[in-house]
Amino acid sequence: MLTSNALDQSQHQTKRLSLWQQLHIDMPLLLGILALMLLGLFVVYSAGGQDQALVIRQAVRLGISLVVMFIVAQITPSLFRKWAVPLFVIGILLLVSVLLFGHVGKGAQRWLDLGFFRFQPSEVMKLVVPIMIAWFLSRADLPSKTTDIILAFVLVLMPTLLIAKQPDLGTSLLIASSGIFVIFLAGASWRLIGVCTALASAFAPILWLFLMKDYQKQRVLTFLNPEQDPLGTGYHIIQSKIAIGSGGIYGKGWLQGTQSQLEFLPERHTDFIFAVFSEEFGLIGVTLLLLVYLAIVMRGLWIAVNAQTAFNKLLAGSITLTFFVYVFVNIGMVSGLLPVVGVPLPLVSYGGTSMVTLMAGFGMLMGISTRKRFIG
Amino acid sequence: MAKPKRVTIRDHSAEANLFARRTFITFIGVVIMLLILFSNVYQLEVKSYEKYQTRSNSNRIKLLPVAPNRGLIYDRNGVMLAENKPIYSLEVIPEQVEDIDATIAEVSDLLELSQEQQDKFFKNLKRKRRFKPIELKSRLSDQQVALFSVNQHKFPGVFVEARLKRYYPFADLTTHTLGYVARINRRDANLLEQEGKSENYAATRDIGKLGLEKYYEDILHGQIGWQEVEVNNQGRVLRTLDFTPPVPGKDLTLSLDIELQMIAKRALSGKRGAVVAMDARDGGILAMYSNPAYDGNLFVHGISSKNYRRLLNSKDLPLINRALQGYPPASTIKPFMALTGLEHEIITPETRIWDPGWYQIKGVEKKYRDWKKWGHEWVNLSRSLEQSCNIYYYDLAYKLGIDRISTMMEKFGFGDYTGIDLHEESRGVLPSAGWKRARYNQPWYAGETVSIGIGQSYWTVTPLQLAQATSILVNQGDVHIPHLLQATTTSVIQGLPESEAQQQNQQTASYVPGQTTVLKTETIHYEDKPPVELKQAKNWRHVLDAMHNTVQVVGATAHDAFKGSKYDAAGKTGSAQVASLGEDEKYEADKIQENKRDNAMFIAFAPYDKPEIIVAVAIENVAKGGGGTNAAPVARQMMDQYFGERNISAEQVAVLPFDSLNQTGQLADHSQLTPEQHAKLHQSPFNFALGGH
Repeated sequence: MLTSNALDQSQHQTKRLSLWQQLHIDMPLLLGILALMLLGLFVVYSAGGQDQALVIRQAVRLGISLVVMFIVAQITPSLFRKWAVPLFVIGILLLVSVLLFGHVGKGAQRWLDLGFFRFQPSEVMKLVVPIMIAWFLSRADLPSKTTDIILAFVLVLMPTLLIAKQPDLGTSLLIASSGIFVIFLAGASWRLIGVCTALASAFAPILWLFLMKDYQKQRVLTFLNPEQDPLGTGYHIIQSKIAIGSGGIYGKGWLQGTQSQLEFLPERHTDFIFAVFSEEFGLIGVTLLLLVYLAIVMRGLWIAVNAQTAFNKLLAGSITLTFFVYVFVNIGMVSGLLPVVGVPLPLVSYGGTSMVTLMAGFGMLMGISTRKRFIG
Repeated sequence: MAKPKRVTIRDHSAEANLFARRTFITFIGVVIMLLILFSNVYQLEVKSYEKYQTRSNSNRIKLLPVAPNRGLIYDRNGVMLAENKPIYSLEVIPEQVEDIDATIAEVSDLLELSQEQQDKFFKNLKRKRRFKPIELKSRLSDQQVALFSVNQHKFPGVFVEARLKRYYPFADLTTHTLGYVARINRRDANLLEQEGKSENYAATRDIGKLGLEKYYEDILHGQIGWQEVEVNNQGRVLRTLDFTPPVPGKDLTLSLDIELQMIAKRALSGKRGAVVAMDARDGGILAMYSNPAYDGNLFVHGISSKNYRRLLNSKDLPLINRALQGYPPASTIKPFMALTGLEHEIITPETRIWDPGWYQIKGVEKKYRDWKKWGHEWVNLSRSLEQSCNIYYYDLAYKLGIDRISTMMEKFGFGDYTGIDLHEESRGVLPSAGWKRARYNQPWYAGETVSIGIGQSYWTVTPLQLAQATSILVNQGDVHIPHLLQATTTSVIQGLPESEAQQQNQQTASYVPGQTTVLKTETIHYEDKPPVELKQAKNWRHVLDAMHNTVQVVGATAHDAFKGSKYDAAGKTGSAQVASLGEDEKYEADKIQENKRDNAMFIAFAPYDKPEIIVAVAIENVAKGGGGTNAAPVARQMMDQYFGERNISAEQVAVLPFDSLNQTGQLADHSQLTPEQHAKLHQSPFNFALGGH
């Protein structure tokens, strides 16, 4: 049997690894990411009232998250697989302790105060859940057995409910989908998928009655009928739609958007940044933006399909698709298709604790992408 | 035998195919969802472009929130305790200034701007839009306002802006009770959001942080108003289209009497302690003062960290409202113990015991001592209170047992919140077998009951609780809830357009012809709690009589303090041990550290036959003597004032200068203490030790 080292060498003989591969950087992915980041800086400058300090802070944050991505890319994916269970158990314990002694911020308990720094376990779970489910389902042959699939659902449900209880519906939604993507990719039968969809729709009333807080219900009601509350929360959605709609095909031009510059739009540089972008860059800009997102998703799925082990495939697929959920939920909510749930536009919105997690996810993708040729 | 390990051969290509199929399906899903997003944006930007373009262009109407004026606070006689005063700040609109650097330099020559202020201004200049005002200097003095106004013509684009800020004219005299307002911070904002009040606070800068300002925040704040303005395409306000005036908060009238409060402050000057004066008939608080105090106005404008540290680190703990903090009740508890004894028929008013100066439980070596070394000889109920005989109560408590004591004391409100309209209240500690089990997971020992009889051991009560318990006693069981708020008032001006009425609202004193102010006053009604009932109602009288004798009989502990008073008072003294002494150690106040000296306590009411006022006093670490010589004179001064032997007039009160920080300096000097003692003192000013005499 060949050791991996020997494989490495034999690989070297047939094809030399490029510098980027040695650094575990996936160039197409990186280019897509950098394009979005650069674009984001320009839009943040415009949306944030032309505040240079704001742009500098965002640039620093982007730099840090790029470093995080680079570091995570150096870790062999099999290490994540090995640590899947301990990571998951610790994550669940942290979520429970957040509920017990967490710090209440913005009306929800999300933070754990460790004295020297505050820490949001639900962020980490965004990566730990797909790792765990991918490990769990890749132990046996794919397609997974029905019992395994059901157990996997239970594993996804635990962190989802704990986070929904905080309450943080946006994150709990993202985590649930990251796990469900793994289950789907692992080949859950269509019949099972049908049953689960039915169960999920039965869960909705429970969510409404027991888990959602008043302000969350208000958001959903406002979404259903924004014009009813034109001065309160519905104002956000109306103003956002006016901003997008008035952008037209070509847009009003950078720094020229009246809706955003005159401060009619709420949360302009964070969650509602897409409205600013659409107003100033129009349908052409939106089309380009959506194409860049599509390119990143395509690259991610390509990495998943070409990954070597089942674990790597499932993990890569889940990370990519969860990234897309961000995009869909954010643009959907800003353009009035979905209720306001507080999900940022990935790599473009200002700040957000989710930036680092997102980039760590891309680090994993790159690690998977650049190691695929090592094993025969 | 071990099972042979089954080797499974994974069908990698089948797996890969399955995965590729599934991935392709999700990819199709992604494309479909992107198309949905695209078509939605297409719908908005192309199909509905005209509509949204029009709406965007006509989107010139902006809603500007207008903060309501905060309700004012008055004492029971209409003296204003909290008002809203205009504060002036210097602001600049950059686009109206030709040469900003030169202008700032000139203004600086005129008003002496610090480098810090200038830096802050230039920092804000970069991030704010050019037509928006930027603050250059805050809190201008009257002279500075005058000086700038004279030179106004030289500085186009620079102007003085007035804002209303909370002001407490009596400063530290009222801070512990009124509390204060301060800038809304992140935590407040989160809380407001949770409670769904964010919108109502859109234009509000300050929020009640402590005391009544916090407790009645919702009443005081009022309802936000909206100004609908038209802006041009650069965002400048062109004109006001519509105005929904804010509804000002309600004014509060308190049961507090500021003159009585003044007396309390004077009586406690130089001491650490608290006074509570309560109306015996309804539970209204007439005075509540804790010394040392501090000036709440410091917090309204954001206290400097130097001043805050000074308050926080002061050994005298000025930030604490001592009227709501627990002290060992000591002998002030004896009337309630006596009542418990009568109720359970352990004693009658005639029961006599022999006091040799010490008490022993049968078969136990330990001696519990009286405060008087030679004892009080034969003691009955009345004499036990007059002389504050410990032996009588050691014996009584031991015979009653802890359960009967704690059950009765609970009825008098000890160990629980009185329900006063302040959030800062502490419950104190009412020791019971259950409490000790929960707190220390230890059983109650009969020996511990002995010192409970004289209000020592674990027992702590707040001066407010003492006043309330006394009120229950004098009302023979009726329980009035102590409260500060008496009435709320809304003023509505008639005969003026509504918007102007709003601006006039706070200046109801100025008379404008054709305009009448209608005051709508709502008196707050407080429900009594269920009364305390005795098997024999005459027992109330026995205890009240004994308290009367404690003040009226020559040689009784509170007699000297009330000598020559023109009203008929009754009361009970107390001296709480703060530090325990060895069995043979002698207490000599001048030889022990200041923080280990006894606390002086006193409760009183008057007139005896128809009580109107109740006073509870607690003074920490008195130099010599006990409740009779230290705390009772404070109650005397309060009652003298109440019954008309006025020491101070309203005019005097109004012009007295206040400065809490200076006042803190007058207090006992602790500089000779070691750091450990400092720390201990700082931790708990109410520290006390267990053990008998």
